[in-house]
Amino acid sequence: MTGAKMVTESLHEEGVDVVFGYPGGAIMNVYDEIYKQDNFQHILTRHEQAAIHAAEGYAKSTGKVGVAIVTSGPGFTNAVTGLADAYMDSIPLVVISGQVPTTIIGTDGFQEIDAIGISRPCTKHNYLINHIDDIARVMKEAFHIASTGRPGPVHVDIPKDITAQMGIFDYSKPVDLPTYKPTVNYNKRQLKKAMEAISKAKKPLLYVGGGAVLANCSEEIREFSKLTNIPAVETLMARGVMGHDNKMFFGMLGMHGEYAANMAAHETDLLISLGARFDDRVTGRLDQFAKKAKVIHIDIDPTSIDKLVDTNYPIVGDLKVTLKGMLEAASEMKFNDYSNWNDLLLEYREKQPLRFIDSTETIKPQWPIVRIGELLGDKAIVSTDVGQHQMWAAQFYPFSRPRQFVTSGGLGTMGFGLPAAMGVARGNPDKISINITGDGSILMNIQELMTCVESKLPVINVILNNNYLGMVRQWQTMFYGNRLSETVLDAQPNFQMLVEAFGGVGYKVKTKEEFDAALKDAVKQKKVAMIEVIVDRNEDVLPMVPNGHALNEMTLIGDTDA
Amino acid sequence: MHSDNHYYDKEITRQVISVVVLNENNALSRIVGLFSARGYNIDSLTVAPVEGSDYSRMTIVTTGDKRVISQIVKQLNKLIPILKVNEHKDVIEKDTVLMKFSIDNNLADIDVIAKTYHGSIQDVTDDAIIVSATDSAARIANFISVMQKYKPLEIVRSGIVAIER
Repeated sequence: MTGAKMVTESLHEEGVDVVFGYPGGAIMNVYDEIYKQDNFQHILTRHEQAAIHAAEGYAKSTGKVGVAIVTSGPGFTNAVTGLADAYMDSIPLVVISGQVPTTIIGTDGFQEIDAIGISRPCTKHNYLINHIDDIARVMKEAFHIASTGRPGPVHVDIPKDITAQMGIFDYSKPVDLPTYKPTVNYNKRQLKKAMEAISKAKKPLLYVGGGAVLANCSEEIREFSKLTNIPAVETLMARGVMGHDNKMFFGMLGMHGEYAANMAAHETDLLISLGARFDDRVTGRLDQFAKKAKVIHIDIDPTSIDKLVDTNYPIVGDLKVTLKGMLEAASEMKFNDYSNWNDLLLEYREKQPLRFIDSTETIKPQWPIVRIGELLGDKAIVSTDVGQHQMWAAQFYPFSRPRQFVTSGGLGTMGFGLPAAMGVARGNPDKISINITGDGSILMNIQELMTCVESKLPVINVILNNNYLGMVRQWQTMFYGNRLSETVLDAQPNFQMLVEAFGGVGYKVKTKEEFDAALKDAVKQKKVAMIEVIVDRNEDVLPMVPNGHALNEMTLIGDTDA
Repeated sequence: MHSDNHYYDKEITRQVISVVVLNENNALSRIVGLFSARGYNIDSLTVAPVEGSDYSRMTIVTTGDKRVISQIVKQLNKLIPILKVNEHKDVIEKDTVLMKFSIDNNLADIDVIAKTYHGSIQDVTDDAIIVSATDSAARIANFISVMQKYKPLEIVRSGIVAIER
């Protein structure tokens, strides 16, 4: 069979049911085979960046490997932002790009670029296939590497002459990678020491990161917290792991974290990190972070441990496997009574609950998020773009399970939301795919409305329109003497007409009643929708830990009014 | 952070690391790229195939505090085609230098100095001689500095190879 058919057969063997992509010269042989098969669907995005984000949204919300196919040169370079995004957030992807024929490589051919040279620092691994006999092995390794250990994107670059050649396809050989063996099983002695430290601690805290979502161990964490009475906080990437109505859960921590969560991190004497990586947006001023605490750090990636903070109890292993070990150990152990500690956190929460001051005259930007939560709750999967709306969504949406929140955390990619929400819609037809976005971000991949219409992806985009690049505006107001350099978005499209021009449905709302009516109608319409909400444009995201400050030095509601 | 159990001192040390890596087109760029992306130093890097295998050995000399050195070792281990990373503690290391001098120098003097550094004159032409020496990196640096007075026309160093005792 041809190399091109080997590619589509490999995808079939891996159980892929959808591929996002965009054809072009160097990848045409593969697209010809896609045309001839019906094992998987191909969704044509309108930009390669969106194909990768769609695959990310699909992967994040379903837990499966996302697949995207692009052509050489500009097709590939357009995809790079998506690869970098997936790399930063450890999302399992296999991205296939066409390359000019091997005979042309190195001659500055048409649409030639050193793709693997570019993707090296923003992928978990990458390949340039030099021989048709390597296709099956490389494809199998790519899926294996993407989905095991700390997941991540794998890029496979295939020259056009290789996809045209004929060869024998054998996908039966098991993956044999002597140089790649992720550590799954934890060190038992280390875990014993860590468990002893937990039993002796007075104010232990579960610091839950995105690894908990990737390892599918939400249940184990909830159970461990319940069994030991140890409270938990979540990072942005872990939203939903504990569940919003869990009484052991004290919110998201970090730059825009809840007061109680940040104070918990500040006060704890034993920080139990579960798949978190001490990102600067979480820790604030690093030398002040969890200053009173010893640290247990559990992570599948050894490089995460001791990268930023000194760990007292490092444990390398799969989080789910390790938590099962912890639960087993915990069932035979006695723990301190942490009720005073929990009471203290409750006091913090009562003193400074996560809140916003609602208005009867305008819609506060937080309100639609709360309202979507009330109306759709568990039925929605929420994607976001990047900026104020993203933080408000993280703060105010009542997430009840992991994989319910799809956001660009590490790279902070504006333009992520709409295509990611398409991947969510495709992967979760029984759920409602909501993209909470801003008037800045939405225009960064607006062409994807066409994809939504063509491929019947009923994404509901809720634009919190404040006529600003709001997060940058907030920093300019706070730290740059209110000089609003290039953040005032006075020029705006008519969003309602825009989405209707593509074939979707549009709403412009200025009141709460209009919002309710628009959302209910959009859910009923089952096609791509855009609800533009005119919101109070001067609202800030609070609490806020200013750059370079410790987590307990928060700017709170009321502090900025003076 | 509490640091009763262990802590990283900030002292900058020199570290010889050897890496056994699969022979593939990109192996070198992966390793060099890792160092540049994360701001690590490479003071010396040598690479040659490991006899009778699909692997090559790289010997890298780097500097950093303990946290940095420990991150370098872990980050290298994380690269997919890397089989083994050794953070050497007690090594024999060798560096080679080739130096070209004008024939007008006192060749006997040059020969004598070279011999003290386990070196010798390797080649003589009508207008130049080439001297080589192989020794520890520190002694080779010393040798080069001593030879400055003979006004070397060209100096080429190999970088370091090392083996654990």
